[in-house]
Amino acid sequence: MPATVALSVTRYRPEQESEPTVQTYEVPFRKDWVVLDALNYVKDRLDGSLSYRWSCRMGVCGSCGMKVNGTPKLTCAAFLSDYLPGPVRVEPLDYFPIVRDLVVDLTDFMQKLAKVKPWIIREDEKPLAEGEYLQTPDQLDAYKQFSMCINCLLCYSACPIYGLEPTFVGPAAIALAQRYNMDSRDQGARERLEILSGKDGIWECTFVGECTKVCPKHVDPAGAIQQYKLSGAVHWVKSLLLPRGGR
Amino acid sequence: MSAGPDYTLYHPRWYRRRVSVWWWLQNRAYTGFVLRELTSVFVAFFALVSLWQVRALVQGPDAYAAFLARLGTPLFLVLHGVAFLFVLFHAVTWFNLAPKALVVRLRGKRVPDRVIVGTNYAAWLLLSAAVAVILLRG
Repeated sequence: MPATVALSVTRYRPEQESEPTVQTYEVPFRKDWVVLDALNYVKDRLDGSLSYRWSCRMGVCGSCGMKVNGTPKLTCAAFLSDYLPGPVRVEPLDYFPIVRDLVVDLTDFMQKLAKVKPWIIREDEKPLAEGEYLQTPDQLDAYKQFSMCINCLLCYSACPIYGLEPTFVGPAAIALAQRYNMDSRDQGARERLEILSGKDGIWECTFVGECTKVCPKHVDPAGAIQQYKLSGAVHWVKSLLLPRGGR
Repeated sequence: MSAGPDYTLYHPRWYRRRVSVWWWLQNRAYTGFVLRELTSVFVAFFALVSLWQVRALVQGPDAYAAFLARLGTPLFLVLHGVAFLFVLFHAVTWFNLAPKALVVRLRGKRVPDRVIVGTNYAAWLLLSAAVAVILLRG
């Protein structure tokens, strides 16, 4: 087992350089260290100017998404021992603008997320006194997988379509729209149809499938999009054939 | 490529990377995906040949014999060989992806992916057998 491992980190200091560069740090190797531990070591002991995002270090917050050896990963879940003998290449997520070093700007996703209305929409709210909207375990099961998304955006970084067509709504936002569409308490599917079936919606997706592979929470955004394509197509055929437009 | 979102407008120092034309060679999954997309060309090729065959059939026995002779040339044999491999790749990759799009629930439980894939392959076998029976009897 090596005593140290090399960490090749993308640096971008806009006040100094016009393009990102690579800086290599030698960090101690420990069996129980993840890439995020190594970055924290660099920040604490070697170079306090390195910038990156992190918070919970346990795969819940979704802040520490970066590319490790070319694959989008939560750095808190990427063990150094899986990348021996190194060097371990750490880069910011693809397709988002780099603000500094490993920090990317997520505004684009935040705007898209709001557009798909990821909240429960009711046609008629029942009075508070009537109690909560009940749901069976099977009804919960129908959307639970999609609700596990932590907005880490590894799926966007894995999606070449998002890289080529930046206006594409994207995997996580569509999966989260599906999370509400498939919720038995929700009645907002028609309101989400316009953005999801529109020109930047599901039909941009050509089913590369990498979003599902990199998802640390097993949300399966590729599945969500294909299922929506199927139900969208069925809805369209119904609206064509049925007098009442498949309502 | 369409213009990027406008949010970097007031942040000229944010670094925006361009996607390389060779992005699909970056990893095997992307290359496999582009190959799968490319198979559609060969599916279209088979469809065109079938239409050509119908046209020859309508035009009479002489035209049909000429059509068959054309298919027997080395160029068409090689083209068909290549097209067959691509169409096979097309069928197998899409069958394997079917459970992602097709979620069937029986008594509240999701039918396992293996069953969905298996059903697709079984239907393929059954239809192929039916076609074989029709051809061999005739």
